[in-house]
Amino acid sequence: MSNQPLVSIRDLKIGATTDAGRRVEIIRGVSFDIQPGEIVALIGESGSGKTTIALSLMGHTRTGCGIDAGTIRIDQHDVTAMSEAKRARIRGTEVSYVPQSAAAAFNPSQRIIDQVIEVTAIHKLLDRDAAEKKAVELFRALALPNPDTIGARYPHQVSGGQLQRLSAAMALIGDPKLVIFDEPTTALDVTTQIEVLRAFRSVMEKGGMAGVYVSHDLAVVAQIADRIIVLKSGEIQEEGTAQQILDAPTHPYTRELLAAFEPVPHVPLDVPQDASRQPILEVRNLSAGYGPVRNGEPAAKILKDINFRLQPGKNLGVIGESGSGKSTLARAISGILPPYQGEVVVNGVVQEPSLAQRSKEQLRHAQIVFQLPDTALNPAQPIGAILARPLRFYHNMRGAACEARVIELLDMVQLPAALRHRLPGELSGGQKQRVNLARALAADPKLILCDEITSALDTVVGAAIIELLKELQRELELSYMFISHDLSTVEAICDDVLVMYKGEVVEALPAARMSEDARHPYSRLLVSSVPKLDTGWLAGLEQDPELIARFANR
Amino acid sequence: MLLSYSTSILVLQRLAIALLTLVIVSFAVFFATELLPGDVAQILLGQAATPEAVAGLREAMGLNQPAFLRFLGWLAGLLHGDFGISYVNNMPVADLIGDRLVNSLRLAGVTTLVSVPVSLCLGIGAAMWRGSLFDRIVTVLTISVISVPEFMVATLAVLIFAVWLGWLPALSYGADVSSFSAMLKAYAMPVISLSFVVCAQMIRMTRAAVIDTINTPYVEMALLKGARRSRMVLRHALPNALGPIANAIALSLSYLVGGVIIVETIFNYPGVAKLMVDAVATRDLPLIQSCAMIFCVSYLSLITLADLMAILSNPRLRK
Amino acid sequence: MKPTTSPFRFMSPRQMGYSFNWVGRIGLAVIVFWALVAIFGPMLQPYSPGEIVDWDYFGPMTHQYLLGTDYLGRDVLSRILMGARYTVGIALVSVFLACAGGVVLGMVAAVIGGWFDMILSRLLDAFNGIPSLLFGLVVVAAVGSSIPVLVMTLAAIYLPGAYRFARALAVNVNTMDFVTVARARGEKTPYLILREIFPNILGPVLADLGLRFVFIVLVLSGLSFLGLGVQPPYADWGALVRENIGALSFGAPAIIFPSVAIASLTISVNMFIDNLPTKIRDRS
Repeated sequence: MSNQPLVSIRDLKIGATTDAGRRVEIIRGVSFDIQPGEIVALIGESGSGKTTIALSLMGHTRTGCGIDAGTIRIDQHDVTAMSEAKRARIRGTEVSYVPQSAAAAFNPSQRIIDQVIEVTAIHKLLDRDAAEKKAVELFRALALPNPDTIGARYPHQVSGGQLQRLSAAMALIGDPKLVIFDEPTTALDVTTQIEVLRAFRSVMEKGGMAGVYVSHDLAVVAQIADRIIVLKSGEIQEEGTAQQILDAPTHPYTRELLAAFEPVPHVPLDVPQDASRQPILEVRNLSAGYGPVRNGEPAAKILKDINFRLQPGKNLGVIGESGSGKSTLARAISGILPPYQGEVVVNGVVQEPSLAQRSKEQLRHAQIVFQLPDTALNPAQPIGAILARPLRFYHNMRGAACEARVIELLDMVQLPAALRHRLPGELSGGQKQRVNLARALAADPKLILCDEITSALDTVVGAAIIELLKELQRELELSYMFISHDLSTVEAICDDVLVMYKGEVVEALPAARMSEDARHPYSRLLVSSVPKLDTGWLAGLEQDPELIARFANR
Repeated sequence: MLLSYSTSILVLQRLAIALLTLVIVSFAVFFATELLPGDVAQILLGQAATPEAVAGLREAMGLNQPAFLRFLGWLAGLLHGDFGISYVNNMPVADLIGDRLVNSLRLAGVTTLVSVPVSLCLGIGAAMWRGSLFDRIVTVLTISVISVPEFMVATLAVLIFAVWLGWLPALSYGADVSSFSAMLKAYAMPVISLSFVVCAQMIRMTRAAVIDTINTPYVEMALLKGARRSRMVLRHALPNALGPIANAIALSLSYLVGGVIIVETIFNYPGVAKLMVDAVATRDLPLIQSCAMIFCVSYLSLITLADLMAILSNPRLRK
Repeated sequence: MKPTTSPFRFMSPRQMGYSFNWVGRIGLAVIVFWALVAIFGPMLQPYSPGEIVDWDYFGPMTHQYLLGTDYLGRDVLSRILMGARYTVGIALVSVFLACAGGVVLGMVAAVIGGWFDMILSRLLDAFNGIPSLLFGLVVVAAVGSSIPVLVMTLAAIYLPGAYRFARALAVNVNTMDFVTVARARGEKTPYLILREIFPNILGPVLADLGLRFVFIVLVLSGLSFLGLGVQPPYADWGALVRENIGALSFGAPAIIFPSVAIASLTISVNMFIDNLPTKIRDRS
């Protein structure tokens, strides 16, 4: 009996009913085992079915979905054959769940401690005092600040990283044999992610529990998982130990995933660089903010005194965590959010602060591309009309010439010409982002402001977009200002990097030598917090706790 | 429950908005009744409207003053309890309204007492067993009642309870409250009709409010902790739905205002609404103004109450 | 969402996710029926609606008078066919006025924002603080009842609601990146409203128009029932119920059928809207 795996899933098939009433299979015959104490990662892109599989381990499927075939066995329990009442009995005691967004998964009107120990009350495991004591021990083990009193707070009174660890305490209180982590660090900043990952790792090691770790991020998974299962459209592509998947992947899809992680190093464009050449973008003493303006200053000041120059043909990266003001910077430069101080100079011409004051020609030179491909295209217009509008607006192009140019633009972003008759809703995320780029190119700009344009895309798709950007740059002599929270993407395309923290530029670094040249403590912390594709990285990582206390967005 | 600073600000803001709204509404009522109809003196004098008589009456009534001053005067009068004099029988409007307001409030009060518990049970029940036969029956019934005019609900109630079953009198005489059974009979038909209208709204909104909270990730989390359905609804969904439910109740009670006009007319119930409908027939403008203001004030208070409930129920605003 | 692999551009409504269930279809059928009656009603009337054809009042359903006779001995079927024109016609015109006004103002307020938006919203919200039936009563009391007055009053009652609804939708769309992109391109307000926002709120606005139509039919019937709506010798369905209220104690067809007519129209519109595909209802 000792050889029997803790969990075995055999030929699992899960179907979903679409809005139109059709039944589609989203999990197509998945089988795998989990040994006691083993942490297995489910890796895949959006739509690969990784969360669906994880939830089905608890016998739960979201509305519209249902288990069509196959068996799920956890210890002695046949989850697929159980009644709903019996499934309720193993939830929290045998299997438990750490959600992606702890902020949404905590009941806003109950104190944290009541929710953490609820499992013991539902299943009558412990009396209240004992349960609270155990919860405090878990808080301590998860390295939460003020473990004795943090439970008395309401969920909105603690930070995101802390809530995520509290939700782990909630999952562990019933001493489950299997814990499911559903992308628990995806919503966190990198500096916070480290702490949360560390806490998870140590409690899982101590407790000797088995785990399922769902993620799209290979580097994160490498730190915590023993084994990795690679999923794509509801099917297993490859399965192996973490080390083997990283070092010797056999399946082409896994290789593709890994390749997307190790981007092609950026080769700076060969443009004559002399000091006399006019910068394509220069920002001087720029300050911007939101809210009602009083005495010439807005209520909430976001950007403080930003200065930099971008030479033609060069790319500038802007990195920082959420709230650092990097997206606001793009909005201030493009005039969407008029700055209240300072100047933006594009191609030697000082830009008026607000959009309404800028001329068409000024607007044409600098185009902006946004993060979310889904919201950046008007869902009611076909692609052709979306691309034709800037042609008509800036270049007064009409009729056959316009149509020909639309086809040319689609070709530039490597999309088929027939796509121009489609509506955005019929395109994939990567295709939409290419159309977004094409729309920016339609203006014949000199500068494109890219605001996290690969963040919402799957790794492989994002890497392809980066390649496309490089190619376009070679052909069209463009310059990019590339905003991202992801250092490796920035490294892949930028020449120089600005590190932003709380609305200020703390350091400017050459992209290729970020980790070596970083001097400012925050840039050092940020650079060192990015997970590496190395199973021993987290264990070997040493960071100054004082730095973390000072700068991490906890 | 202590209010935090920001909550008090929100509440005060809402109350200020309600007050401002009331001023705008009273202006609209004044405008519609005093300025739209043309010359009041002309209307009052009717056949006897010689130019001299009209001019005299205009002078006497202060109609030569600018409209805005008249509006301010009228508003000040209202605040002091001076509702004006009825055109038709020269009695102070306040005296005409007095008892009838009590009657109307009694009708509204009894209806509220009946419909709130019934709606809460049915609405929460339907949400809890969403998709069940019970839920579907409740949904179809509420949609049907909401879709038909109030007078049809009332006539249907008369057909069923008074004509076919013969349990209750079709008309209400309100005054006869000598014994409990007599009172019950007098109030039963209006209350039943009005309750149907109000209940339908309340059930629908309560159900929607509870379903909204049941669909949240934290209720799913409770499911994944092994909680049974009853615990999920009672411990996690309902406490968070209290605010929206209170909001729904206050908002549905505002349907009383429209319903009461129809119901009082059908059952000949001696309330403010009946008084107003009669006043419309005789074009007794001061009486119409006062009744309209009574309705607007009660309607606005209910809507404001609903908004306040929504603000106060946000757990994030609690200290 | 995955790209469709089908080479055909023309897909059936079902494939596109625009299918209706049977409840929605019944609703649609009843709506179409009443629309046709409102248009062709006068051609179908067996008798002139004003003509007294029977000495017996509140007559039963017979072959001669399919739906019986009313309190004066007029043919109820003919009168209902006539009433359809008033009820459906007045409600339709008012709802179009209310929604057109509300949607245009709502979109302008959402795009322009600032003071314009604040003052307009405050004002129309205040207007919402008047119960609808009461507003109708006051206006009719003041200026008397005629069909143009009824239409304008009903439209005025429901304009603030349509404004609020459209503004909320437009504010949502206005914050979407594609509108920001258009703005950053230098597009002016009319383009933003017409091309970027309007097409994206059209579905929910049409659904809202349906619901508002029901409310207008209800208030119109209520006013007519109180004797303040369509004036004799003409009559809408609410007025027909009022005329024949005396038949209540006998349960005569003269009072039942006008009521059934109102209920069938309003319930079927509600059924139709409730079962619209979510694709149309919640576009944004």
